[in-house]
Amino acid sequence: MLTVENTKAWLLRFAEKVEANKAHLSDLDSVIGDGDHGNNMARGIKAMQEALESKEASDPADVLKNASMALLSKIGGASGPLYGSAFLDMSKQAKEDASDVSAIFRAGLSGIQKRGKAEPGEKTMVDVWHPVIKALESGELTTDTITDAVEATKPLKATKGRASYLGERSIGELDPGAVSSSYLFEAWLEGED
Amino acid sequence: MKKIINQPSQVVDEMLKGFVYANDERVERVPETSVIVRKDKKKGEVALVSGGGSGHEPAHAGFVGDGMLTAAVSGEVFTSPSPDQVLEGIKAADQGAGVLLIIKNYTGDVMNFEMAKELAEAEGIEVEQLVVDDDIAVEDSTHTAGRRGVAGTVIVHKMLGAAAKRGLSLKEVKELGDKLVPNIKSIGVAMTAATVPEVGKPGFTLEENEMEYGVGIHSEPGYHRTSIKSSSEIATELVGKLKDAFEFGDNEHYGLLVNGLGATPLMEQYIFAHDVEKQLEHEPIKIEFKKVGNLMTSLDMNGVSLTLVKLQDDWADLWYDPVHVTDW
Repeated sequence: MLTVENTKAWLLRFAEKVEANKAHLSDLDSVIGDGDHGNNMARGIKAMQEALESKEASDPADVLKNASMALLSKIGGASGPLYGSAFLDMSKQAKEDASDVSAIFRAGLSGIQKRGKAEPGEKTMVDVWHPVIKALESGELTTDTITDAVEATKPLKATKGRASYLGERSIGELDPGAVSSSYLFEAWLEGED
Repeated sequence: MKKIINQPSQVVDEMLKGFVYANDERVERVPETSVIVRKDKKKGEVALVSGGGSGHEPAHAGFVGDGMLTAAVSGEVFTSPSPDQVLEGIKAADQGAGVLLIIKNYTGDVMNFEMAKELAEAEGIEVEQLVVDDDIAVEDSTHTAGRRGVAGTVIVHKMLGAAAKRGLSLKEVKELGDKLVPNIKSIGVAMTAATVPEVGKPGFTLEENEMEYGVGIHSEPGYHRTSIKSSSEIATELVGKLKDAFEFGDNEHYGLLVNGLGATPLMEQYIFAHDVEKQLEHEPIKIEFKKVGNLMTSLDMNGVSLTLVKLQDDWADLWYDPVHVTDW
């Protein structure tokens, strides 16, 4: 069950993780992208923190919508629309039913896929969202599920986004978007303890 | 890094301020945004909006004005503008006949402009989009994000801007664009990479005696790194690539663009253009129009790109229609 309080707390934990790993995300992105994922995400979550603190929210859907708008306008690049779409569609689902968290995450994944047109196995953030939601639906989500999903992007060959131009050379590297997505789910799990 | 700037984080905002100061008889900036819009909007004309990351000047704000773009949206250096900025651009540009978005094919640009299109449609503005993917250095396959949009985008601005000014409907301008884009192909060469102000060092390193064919306008890797060649040898390589891509046929008509990537003097661009001319003399095709200069740059990259457009119908007339923009 999402509430205004636990949604805000979850997103603020997500923000802390991104901020703490900003350089790590940019380093990963330098290898297979254009090296700005950490800075872009940090700019976005800073705007999200400000929005969460300053904007009124009457339900968890509002919290997610405020987060979406901040991420959308401040991350930039491809990650802005992807995270922005995820949060916007999670907000719409939370408006319908704030009690079913896996349905809310599932709506977020569908928002990402609608925007980015990626399927599982293309070395993108979808490769974390997809297995994590499956595990959550069957009540088996642990931090290991998340870590394994991130690690599983390593042997994949990128066929979407800037990394796709590297072809075979993308094999053996972690996908930066998968890593930043893992922080979102780790932050969620920490609230469930 | 030697650059005439103040704070690296402020370069885009300060550039736009300077651009408006220099051209305020023609353009204005929508307050609180990175949108440059023409002042003399024409009610009932289809509006063209383009944009993308900054660092490609004069693209795209330099092409805002009568006969080309209605508005241009600038993102951070080499970073797509966000959907809310593009939405502001669409709203500022709309002249009541709908808006066509001209997007260079990069994952981020396509997503941000598409989201803006959806937001604008929700506000009741009719919007179409056209994605330009002219860079033949990159393989176009389902295994990549597809060919990148580079200097050929400027040809799209010119042709469609003329079509919109002639009074074509949004549907007709979009259809013309859909026909035009597959007939534009570009290929480039770089002697040095670009230095993004906030990064402070070049995107990649080429030794003093090295150059690279097929480099993208954000320093994306090319297809072949080699020792420095003469202008004549470079023309042979680039014309050869375009010839293979188009499969030149008898009596075909083309337009030609030699584009400086930022740090290559015009002298060298003209030398290269002359070598291109000599290469094309042996081909059965006819060149209807040419243009040489800095049109789609990559900050301070030293290099050039060559673009050809295979002409149909009255496309050459559209090229010669008059324009009143800053950088034509």
